[in-house]
Amino acid sequence: MDIKQIIKEENQVYRRTPLMTEATLSYCPGCGHGTIHRLIMEVVEEMGIQSDTIGIAPVGCAVIAYDFMDIDMSQAAHGRAPALATGIKRLWPEKYVFTYQGDGDLAAIGTAETIHACNRGENIAIFFVNNGIYGMTGGQMAPTTLEGMKSSTSPYGRNSETMGPPYKITEMVAQLPGTYYVARHAVHKPGPVRKAKKAIRQAFENQKLNKGVSLVEFVSNCNSGWKMTPNDSNIWMEENMFKFYPMGDIKVEGKLVNGD
Amino acid sequence: MKEIALMKGNEAVAEAAIRAGVDGYFGYPITPQSEVMEYLMLQRPEERTGMVVLQAESEVASINMVYGAAGTGKKVMTSSSSPGISLMQEGISYIAGAELPCLIVNVVRGGPGLGTIQPSQADYFQSVKGGGHGDYRLIVLAPASVQEMADFVDLGFELAFKYRNPAMILSDGLIGQMMEKVELPPQKERVKEFDQSWVITGKTQDRERNIITSLNLDPDLQYEHNLKLQEKYKSMEQDVMFEKIDCDDADYLLVAYGSSARICQKTVDMARSKGKKIGLLRPKTLDPFPSAELAKMSRRVKAMMAVELSAGQMVEDVRLAVNGKVPVYHYGMVGGKIHSPDDVLSEVEDKFIGGY
Repeated sequence: MDIKQIIKEENQVYRRTPLMTEATLSYCPGCGHGTIHRLIMEVVEEMGIQSDTIGIAPVGCAVIAYDFMDIDMSQAAHGRAPALATGIKRLWPEKYVFTYQGDGDLAAIGTAETIHACNRGENIAIFFVNNGIYGMTGGQMAPTTLEGMKSSTSPYGRNSETMGPPYKITEMVAQLPGTYYVARHAVHKPGPVRKAKKAIRQAFENQKLNKGVSLVEFVSNCNSGWKMTPNDSNIWMEENMFKFYPMGDIKVEGKLVNGD
Repeated sequence: MKEIALMKGNEAVAEAAIRAGVDGYFGYPITPQSEVMEYLMLQRPEERTGMVVLQAESEVASINMVYGAAGTGKKVMTSSSSPGISLMQEGISYIAGAELPCLIVNVVRGGPGLGTIQPSQADYFQSVKGGGHGDYRLIVLAPASVQEMADFVDLGFELAFKYRNPAMILSDGLIGQMMEKVELPPQKERVKEFDQSWVITGKTQDRERNIITSLNLDPDLQYEHNLKLQEKYKSMEQDVMFEKIDCDDADYLLVAYGSSARICQKTVDMARSKGKKIGLLRPKTLDPFPSAELAKMSRRVKAMMAVELSAGQMVEDVRLAVNGKVPVYHYGMVGGKIHSPDDVLSEVEDKFIGGY
C-alpha cells in the first residue's frame, strides 16, 4: 500500500494542535517541557479560550515559551511570574491567566511571589516544572535537587547539612487557604501524560469558579543537566524523584486529599 | 466649579490617581509615602471608579504586578520611597526594555542604605541615569508643590503612554508630607476602549499573538532594539519642561528642582530685595533635562549654582549643559537635612556676590 493512502483524515489518531507554533522547540531531545507546552495548548484549544488566555513565561529553559505557544504572553523577571499574573488577573478577571515556571524560578528566587499569590488566592493557574536542577544555566543545584544528587554546584552530591535539604513547595502551598487545587504529575509516559492533561484542564476550568490558585507540578527529567540519556533519566526519575515527590492530587476543591 | 482641598502631597497623588482614571495601583508601605496607599484604601476606589488597589508582599512584587498589568494596556502605577525604589529597579528595567507605560512615584528619603526618613534629593542619579541595568531612561517629573503632585499624575501617564515608557514622579519627603491648598483635577472616566494592537489581552483571530518581553537572544535584534530605544529617548526632549523665575535680567542663576526650588524661590526674593539680580531655573522634567535652555542661559549669566538636597548630583548635568562657559557651583544639604533660604542666600553672597 502506498503511504499516501494511509495518511488520510480518517486514519488520523493524532495531530499537532495549531496553538503550538511551527517553531522548532529549543529544548533538549528527551526533555519534558515540549510535552507540557503541548498539553497546555491542547487544553486551551479544546476549551476554545485562545482569545481569553494570557500566559506568563519564566526565566529558565522555558524563557521563550512564547516562541512555541500561539497565545498572548508576557515574559517575567526571574521568579516574578505570579506577581505579573496577579496584576493581569486583577484587572482582567474574566481572562484565563497562567504562569509557567521552573523549580529555580518558583521555589527559590520567586518563593515570596509564589507563596503570597497562593495565599491571596489569586484566581490563576500555576504550572510548575520540577526537574530538580537549573537547566538553562547548565545544571546547578536547585531548591528541589535531591539529597546526594550531583549538580555542577554540588559536584559531590547535595549535602543537606550545609546546603539545606530539598523541599516540597507544592505541599507547602497546599496548606494555604488560597489554593483550591494542587496536584503533582509527570509526562514521561503516555499514561501519566493523559493524567497530566486532565489536571491542566482542571486548572483552567477552576478559573471559572473564582476560588483561588490551581497549582500543578510536573516532575520532569533533565537528561542534559543530570548527564544521562533520555531513557536513563526517566528511569532515574521514577526511582528517585517520584519517591520524594509522589504523584497525584494533593488538594482538590479546596480540601487536602490526605486530611489535615 | 473648582474643587479646592487642603492635602498632603502623598494624599494629592492618591486622589489625583483616582481622578485620572487609573486602573490599578500596587504598592507596599514605606515611610514617608505610606499615605498614598492608606488614602486610596480609605477612599474605596473600587466603588468610586472601579480602580484596583492591592497591597503587595514587597516592592519587588508591586513593580512586577505593574509590569504584568501594564502589558495589557491598562493605566497602572506604584509608589514607594528610596529603599523600596531600589528594590524595584529590576522590574523598572524590564518595563523600560519591554516599552510599557506606567507611573512610579518616588517620595525620596535620605540614604544610603536605610538612611533616614527625612527628605532628600539624593536619588537623582538613580532616577535620571537609569537606575537598573542596561541603557534605558525614564521620564522624570519633579513636582515642587502639592498642586504639582496632583497635576503630574495625569501628565505622567500622558507622557508614559505617548512614548510607551515608564514615567517617574521624583518627589521627596517634604513635598509628600507637607499640606497645601490644591485644586483637584476633574474626574476622568477610566478608559474602556483603547489601542489593543500591542497588548496581551488574548490573541484574537484578526491578529498575530502579542508578546511582552525585554529578551532578544539574537544580538542583532537586541542591537536594533537598543538603537530604537535611544531614538525614542532623544525624541522625548521635545517634552522638556521648566519654569524660569526672575531670569530675564539675572546676572546669576540658581538651578533647583522640587522642594529645593521652593526654598530657592525665597532666596531669589531675598536677594532681589537687596538689589542682587539672581534668577532661578526650575526643571519640571529632570529627564528630559533642560540642557538647551541652560546652555542658552550660560551665554547671559556670570555663574550658576545647582542647589540640591544631595552631595551634588544634578550639578553634573548643569555642568554638562553649560560645557564650561560659566562656573557652576553646587550647594546642598545631605542626609535628610534641609537648607533654609538664608543658607542658600549666604552661599549665593559668598560665591556670586563676593566674586564681583
